Amino acid sequence: MKERWTTFADDAAKKQEALFDTWLSPKITFESPEAEALYKERVTLYKDAIQMRVPKRVPVAPSAGSFPIEFSGINWYEAMYDYKKLAYAWGKYHNDMDPDAFNAPRTIAPGKALETLGLTLYRWAGGGGLRNNQEYQFVEKEYMKADEYYDLIDDPTGFFINTYFPRIFRELEPLKKIPLLPPIHEIPMMPGGLIPFGMADVQEAFVKLADAGNEVHQWLAEVSKVTLSQMAKGRPGFSGGITKAPFDVIGDSLRGTRGVLMDMFRHPEELMEACERITPFMIKFGVATCKAAGHIMPFIPMHKGADAFMSQDQFKKFYWPTLKKLIIGLSNEGVVPQLFVEGAYNKRLELVDELPRGKVVWWFDATDMGEAKKTVGRTNCIAGNVPLDILCTGTPDDVKTCCKNLIDVAGKDGGFMMVSGAGVQGSKPENVKTMIDFSKEYGVYR
Amino acid sequence: MFDKLMDAIIQMREEEALELTEKLLEAKADPVTILDACTKSMEEVGKKFESGVYFLPELMMAGEMLKQISEKVKPMIQGQGEGKKAGKVLLGTVRGDIHDIGKDIVGFLLDVNGFEVKDIGIDVPPEAFVEEAEAFHPDVVAMSGLLTLAYDSMKDTVDAFKKAGLRDGVKIIIGGGQMSDKIAEYSGADACAKDAMDGVNLIKKWTGKE
Repeated sequence: MKERWTTFADDAAKKQEALFDTWLSPKITFESPEAEALYKERVTLYKDAIQMRVPKRVPVAPSAGSFPIEFSGINWYEAMYDYKKLAYAWGKYHNDMDPDAFNAPRTIAPGKALETLGLTLYRWAGGGGLRNNQEYQFVEKEYMKADEYYDLIDDPTGFFINTYFPRIFRELEPLKKIPLLPPIHEIPMMPGGLIPFGMADVQEAFVKLADAGNEVHQWLAEVSKVTLSQMAKGRPGFSGGITKAPFDVIGDSLRGTRGVLMDMFRHPEELMEACERITPFMIKFGVATCKAAGHIMPFIPMHKGADAFMSQDQFKKFYWPTLKKLIIGLSNEGVVPQLFVEGAYNKRLELVDELPRGKVVWWFDATDMGEAKKTVGRTNCIAGNVPLDILCTGTPDDVKTCCKNLIDVAGKDGGFMMVSGAGVQGSKPENVKTMIDFSKEYGVYR
Repeated sequence: MFDKLMDAIIQMREEEALELTEKLLEAKADPVTILDACTKSMEEVGKKFESGVYFLPELMMAGEMLKQISEKVKPMIQGQGEGKKAGKVLLGTVRGDIHDIGKDIVGFLLDVNGFEVKDIGIDVPPEAFVEEAEAFHPDVVAMSGLLTLAYDSMKDTVDAFKKAGLRDGVKIIIGGGQMSDKIAEYSGADACAKDAMDGVNLIKKWTGKE
């Protein structure tokens, strides 16, 4: 079989430039010529940082996480069930704090849609069983069993329809009956293929899907409104679209931490093959969701390749090969992967330092930024990493000291974005404000 | 054959380790000696972890092997007692946080390292930590949390121990994604574990196992 996504394409830079143009000139009506100029100035700050030029100043935007909920005085239940309140909270946070980029509330999913489908993969306020002031949380389990690797490998889409969705959505249990699709391609197979769609329980599952879809559209209307109004004020989005490293797809949501760590010993071949099999999906999804948002940077939260989870050899064998293909696949479509490294990559920096210039953004949580600057930071933009312990329990002076150090070290000669190490929920508002204001002032390149 | 068993465990050859255990039992080997070999292997695996050769996956795999071997061997040594435990640890995820993976990994590693672990679950309010501690008399209280909301829950839990007059009688350790020494200080805990094995090692040190 032909190996794909092994080299960066010659026309990737041209495609990247075209996507930057789209991001820079959205088809919207700005509030004023000043707002339009501000929007373009901010996109240019990010573009210069990504393309490794020295921007006018360091662009700054904390990862909003769910901070706007507490900041605006609403609770989690309201945020997930009352979309107008959700939009209000995000508008207020961005207006009051004035970061350079907008973090859309797309991670705050509509509770009613999840409820309609009976989602069990998470718990959340309201119908998800948590208290009204609790943030939604992931319930980790072996949603795919160790002996099901080949079901996934043979037919990832079929596995998700027939096995995974019935397990994580109570109301989609009847999807088990959906037939395998590739065999349905000639008239003799068609009646049989249609039988499940005439069954009452299967039809009911599709009605639920339609209901959930309608709910998502109501949510989307409000989310789009606040997103567009922020853009109209001169604030571009910090990311657009999302995808994940193939190993994390398997490790986070299918096999679970414990399962995937054991699979490295018990089912190494199946695990690697499954990562390969998932890769094209994650590339296509990243490109499609990013372009649909008119953006250039899809958000890629990365988990199980961190220093604490596996050895360097295991990282090289199980995690990096398909992450690298994902990076190449996205880059070749002009997209700039926003690689959010949760935990630390202190041991990985040299290993992953093999990408061409200006292709990705390495956004670090707990990685040493000085070391990052000396390795991956020579060729690609690094972002990070004001820690949450300082933002939550420190003083504005602590925040200034931290940001100053980041700008001096990681921000030297450009190629740097100021971001928090994780979502800033729980932070003191004055600390978030200080992070933004101080970075704008001190981060000017002279 | 004991050497072979130890080598199989240390080199992560699960099937071989289990087969060798069966063979040893068939040959009427002393079950206590088998368990001793396992303990020595675990120490060796621990050393490889300390020196950066092994990581979490090997610790988990070695623990899995030890569990399975113990299950085979323990029925043979009934009546001889389980041997003295290394110490008692009360473990839970703090109020507001329902994540259990980090907690479960730590609990598992403590268990296979000879500790008596009482896992009191997730979203545990400060009062519940104190009540459980009053009944269980742990040497160490271990609090887990992934979210930033856990900072204050941890602080409240330590305060609850102070209020109940129990703080001086226990060591308190915290751990989780966004935890740090700064948060240990903020919450009033004795230490922050930077990862699961670091936590086990700190607890070993406190309980005098090392």
